[in-house]
Amino acid sequence: MGPILIVMENGASGFVDSSKELITKGREIAKNLEISSIAVGFGQDAESQLKNLPVDRVIAITNPELSQYHPLAYEKTLSEIVKKEEPYLTLVANTTMGMDLGAGVASSVSLPLIAYCNQVAIAGQEVVATSSVFAGKLMAEIVVPKSGAVLTVMPGAWSATEDSGSPQVDVLSVDIPPSMRILRTIEPEKSDVDITKADILISVGRGIEGPENLTLAEELAEAIGGVVSCSRPVVDAGWLPKSRQVGKSGQTVKPKLYMAFGISGAPEHQQGMKDADLIIAVNTDENASIMDIAHFGTTVDMLELMPALTERLRGE
Amino acid sequence: MHIAVLMKSVPDLVEDIALDEHEGQILFDEMSYVPSEWDDQALEEALVIKEESGAEVTAVSIETQDSDNLLFTALAKGSDNAVKLVGDFDLSLTNRQRAQIFADYLHKQPFDLILSGVQAIDDVDGQIPGLVAGIMGWPHASVVTEVRVKDQGIILRQEYAGGLVAEIESSTPVVVGIQAARKPPRYASIAKVRQVAKSRQIEEVEVPLSNVPALTVRRFYKPVASAHAEMVDGDVEDVAARIAEILQERNLLRR
Ligand SMILES: Cc1cc2nc3c(=O)[nH]c(=O)nc-3n(C[C@H](O)[C@H](O)[C@H](O)COP(=O)(O)OP(=O)(O)OC[C@H]3O[C@@H](n4cnc5c(N)ncnc54)[C@H](O)[C@@H]3O)c2cc1C
Repeated sequence: MGPILIVMENGASGFVDSSKELITKGREIAKNLEISSIAVGFGQDAESQLKNLPVDRVIAITNPELSQYHPLAYEKTLSEIVKKEEPYLTLVANTTMGMDLGAGVASSVSLPLIAYCNQVAIAGQEVVATSSVFAGKLMAEIVVPKSGAVLTVMPGAWSATEDSGSPQVDVLSVDIPPSMRILRTIEPEKSDVDITKADILISVGRGIEGPENLTLAEELAEAIGGVVSCSRPVVDAGWLPKSRQVGKSGQTVKPKLYMAFGISGAPEHQQGMKDADLIIAVNTDENASIMDIAHFGTTVDMLELMPALTERLRGE
Repeated sequence: MHIAVLMKSVPDLVEDIALDEHEGQILFDEMSYVPSEWDDQALEEALVIKEESGAEVTAVSIETQDSDNLLFTALAKGSDNAVKLVGDFDLSLTNRQRAQIFADYLHKQPFDLILSGVQAIDDVDGQIPGLVAGIMGWPHASVVTEVRVKDQGIILRQEYAGGLVAEIESSTPVVVGIQAARKPPRYASIAKVRQVAKSRQIEEVEVPLSNVPALTVRRFYKPVASAHAEMVDGDVEDVAARIAEILQERNLLRR
């Protein structure tokens, strides 16, 4: 059986948490299956960041340009490594980078892909992966084929420990294909409010129906001393700026109170808010996924509840 | 620029997913289907590119229950052509099979740019853009929010956590997974779709079903939530009163 190959993703400082989670879990699986573990990292700091990871071997791709994700160069490089090392499992975090990379690598090396994975268990001779699909409404239990697979793993599926080790270090640099070129990176626009710093978030989703109803949320936020945040569709529709978006492709928040109005609780949204101290969900659908992580829920119409609550809080 | 938009329908999550809980298998024929929302975004971005810099847009779907409606809607919205890939297919096709079917068709066509949704709710074995690109050996980028034509190639914007964006130049042919179009998807009225269904044709292309790497899903099951919210019942005023009380108890109200 081939090794476990873990793909590390660069963040603003060091590897992102979801990659560290893969190291911890990957090592545990490797130990149980008595196979070796390899981590791959990219960019000018790759070698220094990889060399203390608790794995058997690391491969540092040290081209400075690759500190930044380059879809084509990452895919080509990783596909080559997979062909050479023939790993049993290739683990990539299901971040926006991992979603891009995982499917491309799996199909270019003709391996199956198991996406949205949030559990891997070893049962006798079998390795069983569990994935969350249909916006979190179903789980799929999949037997990992003996011939291997690429797994994209949900961030937060496992917790990371800060162990270290002294792996064998391989350093290489690769040719960057000229057909794709990173022109620049753009930081999100700075805004007046930083939702990651707020204690109370009044968060609105598609249930807000239109920009004309946003004043209801703003008035409530003002009455309670919080700020307005939102789900992705509200940003995509242009009703609120990107800086207010909670979730996978937005901000991760951990306020004392998160009130979700008209938000279904898709996995990509939950990823950004599930650790809030108190979650209150207002959703006409009692079976919406948000109810599974909320502490309190109600199915009244948010457009009626927001003004009623504002009035009550102002009166107190 | 010739653009193909790869589209499919997915079970409507407004209804319960039909599941044989004993066998752990999805009952695909017992659900209603809606266009995958991200494929809709991909079509919109293609139509925006067409309006901006001129392009020929072809909507492509695989024949399963709802594909005609999907394709006529794409025509009604402004797609120039609609292609239905026909063969021995049913609703239980895996995404890997779909990707192979799309790739088998695309290989023989002169497309420069392939757009599809960044993901779909049922793509447990991978997302279409990356899978198709990997099979074709073409470059790809996913989680993209903007594609513009520049000279012979394109400039796209790829998104990462925290709203960080990279602007990437790519030559064509290239496959792009669309997260969100620059504008909310346009709407085509039922009347317009009906009219298009009478006046326009969907081109049918036969494609074989080849062997692809497969996953064995031992069972699908509904997650047992570790907890469920404590429900606050009553009319709006009752609920507002109870929520105020909860906030008060937890010292979350400023005085
Ligand atoms: C790569 C990727 C990254 C993503 N990143 C993010 C992200 O960062 N953040 C994010 O939020 N999403 C993200 N998404 C999108 C995510 O998958 C969902 O599409 C999105 O979270 C859904 O938003 P929503 O809950 O507002 O809308 P919906 O899912 O449409 O839910 C609306 C809810 O409102 C309820 N409702 C309607 N009317 C009322 C009413 N009057 N009163 C009460 N309830 C009502 C409905 O019952 C429904 O549950 C991402 C997707 C992808 C593929």
